[in-house]
Amino acid sequence: MATVLVVDDSVSLRSMVTFTLTKQGYDVVEAEDGEEALSKAKNTVCDLVLTDVNMPKMDGITLCAELRKLKSFKFTPILILTTENSQEMKHKGKAAGATGWLVKPFNPDTLLSTLKRVVR
Amino acid sequence: MSIDLSQFIPIFLEESFEGLEVMESSLLNLEEDDAEAINAIFRAAHSIKGGAGTFGFSNITDFTHVVETLMDELRAGRRSFSDSLKSVLLSAVDCIRLLLEAARDGISCDDPQIKQVHQQLEAELSFNNEDKATSVESGLETTEVSSSSTTETQGWVIDFSPAPHLLMTGNEPILLMSALADLGKLITHVTTDQVPSLDELNPEELFLHWKIDLYSDCSELAVREVFEWVEDDCSLSVLPLQKLADVIPEESVPNDPVSAEVAFEDVTEQSCNALPSESASLEQTSVSDSQETTNLKVSGDSSAVPVPSGRKGQADQGSIRVGIDKIDGLINRVGELVITQSMLGQVGLEMSDCDHPGVERLNDGLVQLERNTRDLQEEVMRIRMLPISFVFNRFPRMVHDISSKLGKLVELTLSGEQTELDKTVMEKIGDPLLHLIRNALDHGLETPQERIAAGKAESGTVHLSASHQGGFIIIQIKDDGRGLDTDKIREKALSSGLITADQLLSDTDIHDLIFVPGFSTVVDVNDLSGRGVGMDVVRRNIESLGGHVAVVSEIGEGSTFTVSLPLTLAILDGQLIQTHHEIYIIPLLSIIESIWVSTESLNAVAGRGRLFLFRDEYIPVINLSDVFGLSETPKSFTNSLMVVVEGGGKRAGLIVDELQGQQQVVIKSLETNYKRVEGFSGATILGTGQVALILDVAGVMKMGLDSSTNRYFSAFNKDDGCLSAKVDI
Repeated sequence: MATVLVVDDSVSLRSMVTFTLTKQGYDVVEAEDGEEALSKAKNTVCDLVLTDVNMPKMDGITLCAELRKLKSFKFTPILILTTENSQEMKHKGKAAGATGWLVKPFNPDTLLSTLKRVVR
Repeated sequence: MSIDLSQFIPIFLEESFEGLEVMESSLLNLEEDDAEAINAIFRAAHSIKGGAGTFGFSNITDFTHVVETLMDELRAGRRSFSDSLKSVLLSAVDCIRLLLEAARDGISCDDPQIKQVHQQLEAELSFNNEDKATSVESGLETTEVSSSSTTETQGWVIDFSPAPHLLMTGNEPILLMSALADLGKLITHVTTDQVPSLDELNPEELFLHWKIDLYSDCSELAVREVFEWVEDDCSLSVLPLQKLADVIPEESVPNDPVSAEVAFEDVTEQSCNALPSESASLEQTSVSDSQETTNLKVSGDSSAVPVPSGRKGQADQGSIRVGIDKIDGLINRVGELVITQSMLGQVGLEMSDCDHPGVERLNDGLVQLERNTRDLQEEVMRIRMLPISFVFNRFPRMVHDISSKLGKLVELTLSGEQTELDKTVMEKIGDPLLHLIRNALDHGLETPQERIAAGKAESGTVHLSASHQGGFIIIQIKDDGRGLDTDKIREKALSSGLITADQLLSDTDIHDLIFVPGFSTVVDVNDLSGRGVGMDVVRRNIESLGGHVAVVSEIGEGSTFTVSLPLTLAILDGQLIQTHHEIYIIPLLSIIESIWVSTESLNAVAGRGRLFLFRDEYIPVINLSDVFGLSETPKSFTNSLMVVVEGGGKRAGLIVDELQGQQQVVIKSLETNYKRVEGFSGATILGTGQVALILDVAGVMKMGLDSSTNRYFSAFNKDDGCLSAKVDI
């Protein structure tokens, strides 16, 4: 099953996402900010990245751009979790190489059905 | 599939409360252009809002949303920071806390304050009404799309022409198709005419176009949602299936004439089999993809060793949240272990005379056991230790609020926040400290005018520090205010009958009067310091924790309150004393010194009691065996051993038979195991298996002085005020 890198500085959000994904059979690697995610990404084969935008140290948009620079993340779907349902944020994400976005709050079912669009 | 989210709510609440603390302290320290602090506040609000939305606390989401928006504008520089904004945001923090607490307790929260602050926040926001209006409009547009498109249709014809770079965005047409397939029956046609010849083909680019017939009663919005993320990277048209015939020529042709035609010719041929065949063609593009992954795996293998070790390193530094009851259980168990160990040690000692070859080995083992238990105990106690910053962090906000209320300028500095102490002690020390700080702000510091007149800096300082000293934590609250006015205190003490006019008291003695019950120099009781809680309560609370409080003050220079507390309430450094074959334990902290006293140095008063001149101060002498009723005949005081103790701000000499060792004892609560006994704060089990009671020094002194045999003390104090300030009768 696919490995998902979950990046969020909020423990509750992260646990919720991790719980939902692992229950569905995904492997999950967690990171609490962009920096940690980037260093984990370099050592892990990921099939999908889910990242929050607002995080300390390195935000989600920067993380996205940095990941796209890695050879192994050229085609990897990267989804941005955002509370801002604005075009501006979507464009920013897109410009940084994000595959798509999920608008918070979302429930586990939405999360799973949406993931199907980018990961097997 | 449904997932129960409620299990994450406690984590959400806990981190939200932490987030509030971050918001609060950042707000208090916020300077105009401190981008990092503004960001931290924004993130905290953002996380709370996000979590609240996920876990269904819509009232918290709504409220926090406004705060988040304000912070976002600050962050983007569209708004500047002002003191009024700061106080609104601070009250917003309080409101969020109320809402979270209500959520935690499962009750609804309709505090009027919340509505009021919400309005204030909205008022702050109102500058940006235009922005809001547009966002509402755009929201309306999207809903219109969905409503207009719910015409009776059998399905949709989707024309999907992705841009060559689509794969590079991480999107994958096959998965999009299968997401569509979840909506209904699918017939796909692929157009391959744009695919270049093999030598020109860039495997990372996409040259296929699709035409999809979707038989489904879903809305257009549902279809568009599948393509939500690729909208900008493709040309897409979604048309109702039934209207197909008339619309196609005009609408779809301009999009992509070639593919449209080809697709139409091939409808029957490709129909339902389209998916597999097209996935075959896609395999070409994904080959390079999977090759890359393999490459990565290979290169990853060589560095495989550092990876796990790196992860392990992170785990070492990580932390876990454990319920306090589990830790308490562990501490209790270790306490029992320590008792068992000292019992075994005792047995070992008794057996050392035995002529058995195993005795030496037994004793070796016991020595090791002792060392290991001691280490274990220390380690376990450390789990409960938390940095005192948990308490200190409350104070900046409080100082901010109080000083603005009082119209004083105050700078609060903290040091030693990382000093650790036991969680139980921490929970109980908050209120006494709070009171001491309030006191410093209210009574200690002067108003700016007064300060300038006195030639001091306009703003006063309060310094809060913590440090370790032996087995104790020392907390100091130091202000540079007016200091204690000895004349005023003396006057007040005189009028309340605490001292008499002819009494000679040192400055230290007078300062100490502020801890005597019923003493308060401020005439008008305000809502800050005069909540019916005096310094006597502060002292009592601190002493009930086995601690001490003292004040040093210089008029015009300020005052320093020093609180010393044991690091933990679970163990105690005790002095074992014996009187009449009974062993008692006196907390080491209470003991000033132990001395041999001769009969001459004890001054009998009216033949019924005695005083001892201890360093220019008369202290009452209490015979422990009398207090506890151990002996029928009053003990003669000839060459007795006396332990001078201090408790409740008073001193007394306790006559004992014998001083035994000093040792660390595990405190067992009498209330839990038996019932409260006056004069004792707890009990412990000694190595012999014997139970020894731990003296509550202040309580014993009270008993000793209250008891009928010692009633003369009160008479004495009335006659000669020399002691009345010290002895509370």
